[in-house]
Amino acid sequence: MAESTSTHKKSAGYKIRVEPRLDVPPAWYPLLVSLGALVFALFLGGILISFAGGDPIRSYQHIARASFGDIGVLSDTIVKATPILLVALACSVAFRMKLWNIGAEGQFIMGAFGASAIVLAPVLSAETPRWLMLLVMALAGMAMGAIWGFIPGYLKAKLNVNEIISSLMLNYIAVAWVNFWIFGVWSEGGFQMSPKFPNSAWLPRLSEYAKEYPVFRGLTTHAGLLIGIVAAVILWLIVYRSRWGYEIRLIGDNAQAAKYAGINITSNIIYVMMLSGALAGLGGMSEVSGVVHRLQTAPIAAGYGFTGIIVAWLAKLNPLVIIVVSVLFGALILAGREIQPSGIPKMIQGIILVSLIASDFLLRYRVRIVRADAEE
Amino acid sequence: MISDLFTVTVFVGILASGIRLSTPYLFAAIGEAFGQKSGVLNLGVEGQMLLGAFAAFYVALTTGNLWLGLLTAMLVGALMGLAMAYVTVNLQAEQGISGIGFYLFGLGMSDLLFQKLMGTVETVKGFPKIHIPGLSDIPYIGEIFFSQNILVYFAYLLVPIAWFVLNKTTLGLKIRAVGENPDAADSLGVSVARVRYFTIILGGTLSGIAGASLSIALLNVFQQNMTSGLGFIAVALVYFGAWRPIGILGGALLFSFINSLQLWMQVLSIPVPSDIAVMMPYVVTILVLVATVSKVRAPSALSKPFERGD
Repeated sequence: MAESTSTHKKSAGYKIRVEPRLDVPPAWYPLLVSLGALVFALFLGGILISFAGGDPIRSYQHIARASFGDIGVLSDTIVKATPILLVALACSVAFRMKLWNIGAEGQFIMGAFGASAIVLAPVLSAETPRWLMLLVMALAGMAMGAIWGFIPGYLKAKLNVNEIISSLMLNYIAVAWVNFWIFGVWSEGGFQMSPKFPNSAWLPRLSEYAKEYPVFRGLTTHAGLLIGIVAAVILWLIVYRSRWGYEIRLIGDNAQAAKYAGINITSNIIYVMMLSGALAGLGGMSEVSGVVHRLQTAPIAAGYGFTGIIVAWLAKLNPLVIIVVSVLFGALILAGREIQPSGIPKMIQGIILVSLIASDFLLRYRVRIVRADAEE
Repeated sequence: MISDLFTVTVFVGILASGIRLSTPYLFAAIGEAFGQKSGVLNLGVEGQMLLGAFAAFYVALTTGNLWLGLLTAMLVGALMGLAMAYVTVNLQAEQGISGIGFYLFGLGMSDLLFQKLMGTVETVKGFPKIHIPGLSDIPYIGEIFFSQNILVYFAYLLVPIAWFVLNKTTLGLKIRAVGENPDAADSLGVSVARVRYFTIILGGTLSGIAGASLSIALLNVFQQNMTSGLGFIAVALVYFGAWRPIGILGGALLFSFINSLQLWMQVLSIPVPSDIAVMMPYVVTILVLVATVSKVRAPSALSKPFERGD
C-alpha cells in the first residue's frame, strides 16, 4: 500500500502511479494543496450534514453571515480568533521541532490561572495602574504556561517520556487545578467562578474609545489581538531570522544532522516547550483579561488548544499565516454558538484537520496517471 | 462523614462500581494496545467511543434491541478505524495530529446526530445485571465480581484473550514484528499495511464497544461529550500498562477505583476537595510513565509510517 511505486487502480489501459517527489514543488503548490484539502473537507462535511438531515448550504451560509455579516459580528469573530491565534503560535513552534505538544489547552488554562492569581490572590491591589497590572498579569500568565510546558519538555528531553501523553494528562490536571481554586478559594458566593476583576485588570476594548470614534460603539475587540499579532511577528523573526530558529528548524527537519552539527537537542526541547507554553499561557491571560474578566472554567477550557493545532497545521506552521487562518476559525467557532445543530463546527474542524494532514501526502509524493504499458 | 466510608456496604459498593466503571477503559485501551503494538498511535479513540456510544444508544432506543445497538457501535467504530487506517497507512499522515482530527470529528458528529435524531436526553434500559449462579451468592465477592452486566464479563475475558493473541499466536507475532521492525517483517513477506489495517480496525471496533458500554450498559443515556476524556485516558493506560494487557487491567482498575471512590465520597458528602482527587489519576499516570520509561520500551516503530524501500 505504501510502496514508493504502487499501482492503485487499473482502468482502460491507464493506471495511477504514486512515486516519491524528488524535486522541490513550486511555492504555490502547498497552498493549493491546503486549499484543496479545505474544499474537500467542506464538501465531505456537507455530505455528512445532509446525511444527518441538515441543509449544508444553509449551514455554511449561516456561518458566513454569523461571523462576517457586519462590523459587530466581525468584531466578535476577532475576539474568538485572538485566543486561537496565540494557541496556534504555541503549537506551531513546538510542531516545527516535531514536538507534539497536545497540551496547549492546559498551558492556556494555566496561563489564565496565573494571570488571575495576580488579581485574586491579590498580588497587586485593584488600584494598581492599569498598564502595570496588565503587564504583571501577562508575565504571570506566560510564566505559568511556561511551567506547564516545561514539565512535558523536561520529561521528554531528560527521560524520553512521550510528550503527547504527558501533555495530554497535564490538560486534565490544569482543569482540575483551576476548579479547585474557583470552587474552594476564590468562589463568588458558592458559584463555580471567581469574582469579577476590577477594571484595572481588563485589557482595553475598542468600545472604550467610542467617544472619540463612534464607529467603535459596542465593539468587544480587545488589545489581546494586538498582543497576538506582535507575538506572531516576533515568533516569525525567531523562527526564520535567528540562529535559535535555525536550530529549531534543523532539529525538526533532521534531528540526526542537527546532532552532528553540535546542536544541543536536549536543552532545545525544554526551551521550545517552555516558549510554546508561554505563548499558550499568554493566550489564557488575554482571554481572562480581555473577555471573561474572571476566572471560570467553562469559557476558558473551551477546546482552543485543539483548534490551535488545526490552525497551526493549516498555516503550515508559519506564524504570519496563522494570523489569517485564526480569523477563519474564529468565525467557525463564533458561528458554532448559534448554528444548529451545535456539533457541526467541531465535526467540520475534525474533517479539516484530517484532510489537511492527509494532504501532506501530495507534497511528498507525486501522483501520476500513466498508460499501463508505459511501465515495461 | 468519613467514618461512613469504612462500612462494609459502602466498601463493597465502591469495589463493585469500580469493577463496572473499568469496562470502557478496558475495551478501548486493549484496542489501542493492538494498534500501538503494530506501530500505530490512535489518538482518535475518544471520537470513536463517542460515535459508538451514540450509535448503540440510538439503535437500542429505536429498535429496543440492545445487541443490535452493540453491533452498530462496533460497525461505526470499525468504519472510523478504516478511515484512520487509510489516512495513517496509505497517506502516512502524522498520527499524533490526525488522531486529534478524528477525535474532533467524532465529538462533533455524535453531537450533530444527537441533535438531529433525538434532541433531548432520553434513557434506555441497558444490559441487565447477570447473577452468575452459585458464585454470585458468595458474600461480598459475589456482589463485587459476579453480579455485573454482560459487557463487564466480556471486558474481563478480553484481557486473557488479548494476551494470548499477542503473545502466543502467529498473528500476534506478526503484529509485534510490524511494530518493532517493519522493514524486517516486510522482507519476510508480512504485509505491514494489512497487519496495521487489521489492528486499527480492531481498535476502532473495540472503542465502539467501549462507547456502547457507557451508553447502553453503565449510564444508559447519551449526552454530548459523555466520554469526557475517557478515550484519552485509555490511550494513556496503554503506556501505563507498558503495552501488556495485564498492566492495562491494573491501570484501568486504578483509574476506575479512584473514580468510584470519588463518586461515593460525593454521595456521602465527605469534605475532601474532590478536584484534588480528580487530578490524582493523571498525576499517577505521569509518574508511572516516568518510573517505567527506562524499564519498558515502546514498540520501536510506534507512530512511524512505514515506507517500503526498494
